[in-house]
Amino acid sequence: MASASIPARITMPAEARRGEIIEIRVLVRHAMDRAIDAPGLTPVPRKIIHTLRVTYDGAEILHMDLSPGIAANPYVAFTTVATATGEVVFEWLEDGGAVYERRQMLTVT
Amino acid sequence: MTRPDRRSGLTRRAALATSAAALFPATTTAKAQTAPRETLALVERTVLAGRTPLAAGVTLDMPTLSENGNSVDLTIRIDSPMSGEDHVTAIHVLAEKNPFPRVATFRIGPRAGRAEVGTRIRLAETQTIVVLAETSRGTVHRGAREVIVILGACVDGG
Repeated sequence: MASASIPARITMPAEARRGEIIEIRVLVRHAMDRAIDAPGLTPVPRKIIHTLRVTYDGAEILHMDLSPGIAANPYVAFTTVATATGEVVFEWLEDGGAVYERRQMLTVT
Repeated sequence: MTRPDRRSGLTRRAALATSAAALFPATTTAKAQTAPRETLALVERTVLAGRTPLAAGVTLDMPTLSENGNSVDLTIRIDSPMSGEDHVTAIHVLAEKNPFPRVATFRIGPRAGRAEVGTRIRLAETQTIVVLAETSRGTVHRGAREVIVILGACVDGG
């Protein structure tokens, strides 16, 4: 499926010095339905973001496998070394095959 | 291979299912368990693949007591130079008593600069959280923390 939009908040600097370690924090709005079947609950099929892939400067810098044990509205913080000016590409893979993508520019000085 | 026992009307599949049920009686009857449960020990063995973990190098930052198991902050730091030859390749977060003990896996590399990741997890009840960090040199670092959870994540649909 083509990249759809997803409400995401990406926190990272717009520019950094070459070699600097920057922190990237991403928060995406998603219910992370985990198919629980407990008394008093309407069973819903599992629908979670199962993978977060972050690519920057020609390579994957983070590949995270998520489970139903990740809180709703999954939040992820990680770091990367600023190497070259370019886009940081975030991809969220959802159960059912949907892929959501966001891009953020990083200027390296 | 033996043919299905036609006289008793049992197919091979049914017979296998029955014997499996006898071998692995359901321990939790209150919650519907559809698939056989993966246990913490099993996941740890799979990740370790015969290696002995080092009980050092993992800083697991999370509250000792959580009011709400639906969202528990977690920050993990691994002591590592994060150089080309010596860096963390994977960080596994495991929860002992969650329905799915394998909570998350972060795959990173030398370009992370620091082996530090954070997320928010769901916890079903008071339990031990285990972090296993694999390095490029083949070693595994292990850290564990007990967390007290007042309201578990499993019952209220959060």
